[in-house]
Amino acid sequence: MSAIPNTAAPVLEPVLEIEHVAVHFGGLVAVADMNFAVHEGEVVSLIGPNGAGKTTAFNVITGFLRPTKGRIRYRGTVLTGLRPHEVADLGVVRTFQKTSVFDTNTVFENILIGLHRRGRCTAWETLLGLPRVRAEEKRLREEAVEILEFVGIARRASELGGALPYGEQRLLEVAVALAARPSLLLLDEPVSGMNPAETSSFMRLLARIRARNITVLLVEHDMRMVMGVSDRVVVLNHGKIIAEGPPAAIQQNPEVIRAYLGHGVRGEGAKRA
Amino acid sequence: MDQLLQHLLNTLILGGTYALLGIGLTLIFGIMKVVNFTHGELYAFGAYMMFFFAMVLGLDFFATLVIAVILGVALGALIEITLLRPLRGANIDTTMLVMIGAWIVMQNTEQLVWSGIAKSINTPFPVEPLVLGPVSVSWVRVFVFVVAVLLILGAQLLIHRTKLGKAMRATFQDRDTAALMGVNINFVYTATFALGSGLAAAAGALLGPVFVVTPTMGNLAALKAFAIVILGGLGNIKGATIGGFILAFVEEMGAGYVSSGYRDAMGFLLIIIVLLFKPTGLFARAERIG
Amino acid sequence: MKTALLCLWLAVLLTVPLWLTDLYFLHILITTGIFTIAAMSLNLLLGFTGQLSLGHVAFFGIGAYTSALLSLGFDLQLTESYRFAVAPKPVWLAFLAGIVVAGFFGWVIGRISFKVRGAYFVIVTISFAEVVRLVALNWVDLTEGPMALSAIPPFTFGIPGLWEETIYKKQPNYYLVLGVAILSYLVIRRLVLSRVGRAMIALRENEPLATSVGIDVTRYLILAAVVSAAIAGAAGGLYAHYVRIIDPDIFLFIYTVTMVIMVITGGKGTLAGPIVGGLIFGILPVVLRSFAGPEIQWIIYGAFMILIVFFLPDGIVPAIRSWWEGRVGPLAEPEPAELSNARPAERQAE
Repeated sequence: MSAIPNTAAPVLEPVLEIEHVAVHFGGLVAVADMNFAVHEGEVVSLIGPNGAGKTTAFNVITGFLRPTKGRIRYRGTVLTGLRPHEVADLGVVRTFQKTSVFDTNTVFENILIGLHRRGRCTAWETLLGLPRVRAEEKRLREEAVEILEFVGIARRASELGGALPYGEQRLLEVAVALAARPSLLLLDEPVSGMNPAETSSFMRLLARIRARNITVLLVEHDMRMVMGVSDRVVVLNHGKIIAEGPPAAIQQNPEVIRAYLGHGVRGEGAKRA
Repeated sequence: MDQLLQHLLNTLILGGTYALLGIGLTLIFGIMKVVNFTHGELYAFGAYMMFFFAMVLGLDFFATLVIAVILGVALGALIEITLLRPLRGANIDTTMLVMIGAWIVMQNTEQLVWSGIAKSINTPFPVEPLVLGPVSVSWVRVFVFVVAVLLILGAQLLIHRTKLGKAMRATFQDRDTAALMGVNINFVYTATFALGSGLAAAAGALLGPVFVVTPTMGNLAALKAFAIVILGGLGNIKGATIGGFILAFVEEMGAGYVSSGYRDAMGFLLIIIVLLFKPTGLFARAERIG
Repeated sequence: MKTALLCLWLAVLLTVPLWLTDLYFLHILITTGIFTIAAMSLNLLLGFTGQLSLGHVAFFGIGAYTSALLSLGFDLQLTESYRFAVAPKPVWLAFLAGIVVAGFFGWVIGRISFKVRGAYFVIVTISFAEVVRLVALNWVDLTEGPMALSAIPPFTFGIPGLWEETIYKKQPNYYLVLGVAILSYLVIRRLVLSRVGRAMIALRENEPLATSVGIDVTRYLILAAVVSAAIAGAAGGLYAHYVRIIDPDIFLFIYTVTMVIMVITGGKGTLAGPIVGGLIFGILPVVLRSFAGPEIQWIIYGAFMILIVFFLPDGIVPAIRSWWEGRVGPLAEPEPAELSNARPAERQAE
């Protein structure tokens, strides 16, 4: 399928496998036949013009949509047919294209909500107020502080999520997703709307996320970011994969250039269609 | 067999008014995303206006009918402008709470003005029923049915054949785009609410003379309108028409063959069952996708 | 500060029967307390999970009828050959059964709402309450229908066989209601201020985001519905054994509306809100009745609802809180809405 041989991460096992996935909405084909894999520890970018089916791919992987055809596996478990929270339970956590945080909760609470999966106490134990509930709550709070510091928004802890400046809201989104302890993190246009300085700092954050052994699948329009952080790039157009390979090769691929039709994949010139 | 025929005839007659009641509610929900809890009170309002002009002032029955509907339209417009317009963009729960408040105010005002005693309205129709072979039906019900059908057809024509209807349909499809295309959303909303209210008042004015008029008559009417609208899918006009007949059928059959005490419960059981298996109603169109 | 205020509150509530000797006022306080418990339970669904449940009175009524019927005993001829008879049970057992049965119906409604949200959920809950009312009205063999269930036994206290005390008087009833109210408050507070409560709030605030981080929203919605219905059932049981006569009018929509008004006036999604709202609308009728009939009273309620939504959409408690914080500084103990303002500094100090 891909025009360029896959040279990155050749020895690692695939963790996420997307096999012949198609999504139809009535007569509309959002994803025609999608086939790709993400390997352990990789950063893979999914790019393509608007309407290419990138967000649909995210929705299918994370259980928000059911594919019309095909199968998705994560570390051997079939994801197709699972509900979003069950997918998250397997360690696959996503962010949303449109900024999505808990607006009326504080930043700290946002993280605590994200840490839901890290708690194990049942409702009964909570009602009885057992000591382990308190111990767990204390542990969750410590973890929340750690995550806020990791992402760099600790000083905002007591502000409302919805009151943060835009760039920090996007960081908060990532922090909430990280709180769910993903082993595969799906980021949907995390730097859209950020200024160049914020984008650069986000790229450094991504490197640190990666250092935590979190595999990343990224949907992004900012080509500087895509080319700077990705091990591999998968290019979607009209619901089909038209190219796949390392960033350098993708930049030269004539079919990719044609798909972007003058927008140019090189550098920051890639504007949103 | 004769009994079944009679039930079917009753279904037809009752279904017409139920459809009338449902259409107004579903129109308002479809276009404005407002669950109109005052719908039943507008129904009661129509009935009381009928009583007031026909029985207290002694006006002509048919003229009164027209007046009642016009006043219903006016009251609907008033409610929209004072209560709903300031809450444009608020979430659906907020408008629901306001409409519940308005419902309580309206119902108790009726109670205060007209007292709790049931009122009856005389009609110019003959008392002897119309006998059609093995079945019979009263003349007033035939009249009610005919007018209800005419009103339903009229509403359909308004929605599909007029400029206002076109604006309403555009708003229904996509409010923001409609606004961009130059549709006056505020006017469409007020007109929609007024039209829906007028239809409710018409149903009340028509059924007032059939039954009796009481301050709490609106409660059951509102709940039944909800049932009809749910059956047809919120916002679906054809669905509401069919839903009206389905509810009438289920009630008639339930009352005829199960127990008359549970007549009114049938509709609610039906709603719960329908929502369990088809949460968007029987005739919902596909939701937005993509 | 907050602790002192709480102690003062408790002291006032506990000593009421000592200084308030007018039995009529005590009666008002008891019914106010019962409705406040119901409002607190509604708040769990309406305020914390964000689901507008307008059939809440059904759980109240189911609790009342279950408790009343079991304590009275009943005898049903279900078919020609099958009879189902229950001998009168002790009141406390009937009361607990009422809680369980109401909780079960909460579970059913929770299961249904797994599929429907928004307007559909509202209409399902209203329909449910209406069906239950019509059953209570028409199943005369069981419920006596419109003739009402009367001579319901009052609560008894004591150790069976040794010493028993039946409470007819207002004072012990007051303490009983107060006890159940405090217990209900503690249950709700524990849930809400925990990871479970955060999951419920997450469902209210942003359902897709909540599911994406692994929160099984259905599960928490059902949990909230069960707890909420069970507490409403407890309030219903208290009502049945205090008033000692119940009829199908107990299921009227207007009572749900009363609970909703209490919750939104006080402040939905706050722990203190339903209590403040409950006290206002429990005592307001006493003030109004001297110069207004019931219609005027309801008109005032309806108008109040509209005005609150327009001018104080968050309710009284959050308004007072922000006013207080603006003048005096942050309150020591946070409400769940702003639960744990992080306090990372505190942790570092540990």
